[in-house]
Amino acid sequence: MTLQFAPPLPAAIAPAVTVNGLRRAYGERTVIEGLDLSIARGEFVALLGESGCGKTTLLRALAGLDPIQAGRIIAPRRPAVVFQEHRLLPWDSLWRNVALGLDIPDARARAAAALAEVGLGDRLDDWPRNLSGGQAQRVALARALVQEPELLLLDEPFAALDALTRIRMHGLVRELVARHRPGVLLVTHDVDEAIALADRILVMRDGRIAFEHRTDVNGMVARSDLLAELGVLAAPRHT
Amino acid sequence: MSQLDHTAGIVALPEANASAGPRARAPRHLSGSALQALSWLAPVLLVVVWEALAQGGQLSPQVLPAPSKVLRTAYKLTIQGSLLNDLGVSLLRAAAGFVLGGATGFALGILVGFSRLAEALVDRSIQMIRAIPFLAVLPLVIVWLGVGEAEKVFLVALGVTFPIYINTTLGIRQVDPKLIELGRVQGLSTFTLIRRIVLPGALPSILTGVRYALATAWLALVVAETIGAQSGLGFLAMDAREFLRTDVIVLTIVIYALIGVAADLIARWLERRLLAWHPNYGAAR
Repeated sequence: MTLQFAPPLPAAIAPAVTVNGLRRAYGERTVIEGLDLSIARGEFVALLGESGCGKTTLLRALAGLDPIQAGRIIAPRRPAVVFQEHRLLPWDSLWRNVALGLDIPDARARAAAALAEVGLGDRLDDWPRNLSGGQAQRVALARALVQEPELLLLDEPFAALDALTRIRMHGLVRELVARHRPGVLLVTHDVDEAIALADRILVMRDGRIAFEHRTDVNGMVARSDLLAELGVLAAPRHT
Repeated sequence: MSQLDHTAGIVALPEANASAGPRARAPRHLSGSALQALSWLAPVLLVVVWEALAQGGQLSPQVLPAPSKVLRTAYKLTIQGSLLNDLGVSLLRAAAGFVLGGATGFALGILVGFSRLAEALVDRSIQMIRAIPFLAVLPLVIVWLGVGEAEKVFLVALGVTFPIYINTTLGIRQVDPKLIELGRVQGLSTFTLIRRIVLPGALPSILTGVRYALATAWLALVVAETIGAQSGLGFLAMDAREFLRTDVIVLTIVIYALIGVAADLIARWLERRLLAWHPNYGAAR
């Protein structure tokens, strides 16, 4: 029944998040039941699953956005979240968007550095509405990372982007995660995206983790296994 | 006639000047500024015809004095000192009523916008009072407060409260819940959440309320000043009626109109400044 933001432990021994026996229900309908999960700092975990299997519900519970009915979520600090929509404040300039919630004196300088990291260092005072979808999502990424989170939650952040922009975003995310080393939970329905980005891939079914796969082996094998787990007939790559 | 042209020039000045520069250089803006200029054609023409009819004697000065005559009256009354004083008194009443009513409406709007409990407690009563045309309570207000300053300020405040209240509540309710959720994710305190997300999100609606409120404030003031005032523009008009000074009456009407226009311009300027980010207002880079 608890969601804890415990005092920080030394980074080396503290996992980014630990979940035990999580239960999340909407009224009568149980979406997540008895779920255990642990993500280490610097580890990139992708979460696959059919629509409505509870992927996003899990992410929202980890983010502290929804109440949970049973179990424990232990996170060292409030996690950062990037949503499917960029959720930039249209009335604030880019740097003020990135600095939202950053309670330090040199917030502008920190925001500028974060924007530079995502390749928008020259757009500090621009408005969100002048950005393309990919650029806006890069700002959202900068806003999440400027908080130096120990846990980064990505809720299908690339789903609305075109294929080329998505590939570029994958490269950027890999680079940023390698530099900042937060634990990452990426919720996605794209098997190839999961393979391209994650150290570990989880498949969720019936409210729990049904399958787990480490991606340090051959991606092709993993792909057909994952598709089979997702209930899709393993098909040749060109489809 | 030269005086007439001067009048028209003063009225048209801000718009005409603003459009003259870019029109010469940037052909893309031509249609916009041309339309702007065109929109002034009918009012200017009306004044010209009015002046011509008055000068030609077809229009009795007792019915409608010439614009030039009104202008001369304005000049005389300004020199004699009573016009500026009356104008100041009227503006002060409007400002006091607007601040009082605006603050009340805004505070109630915030309260009801945020709290369903407050809505349940307060909203129905406010809506019921709002259903009364606020000028209908005038006799009651006079009985309560007499015909002094308090009555006038109260009436203005009453007219201002409701548009501000309704639009503030509406604006707060319309803020994108996803942005509020984002605020929580970013760890904002409730106060910061309101300041950085809720109020800016509600601002377009609130400013719409301000524009409505400016109009009602002015209307309330005219009515209040027409009844038992000892100073102010309304008093000037009523006093002039006693002596059939139509030029003074027309002058007060014109001044009321000009201030109404000025108030609207201020409201629009506020919108352009504060909503520069909004695609429907102002021009953000």
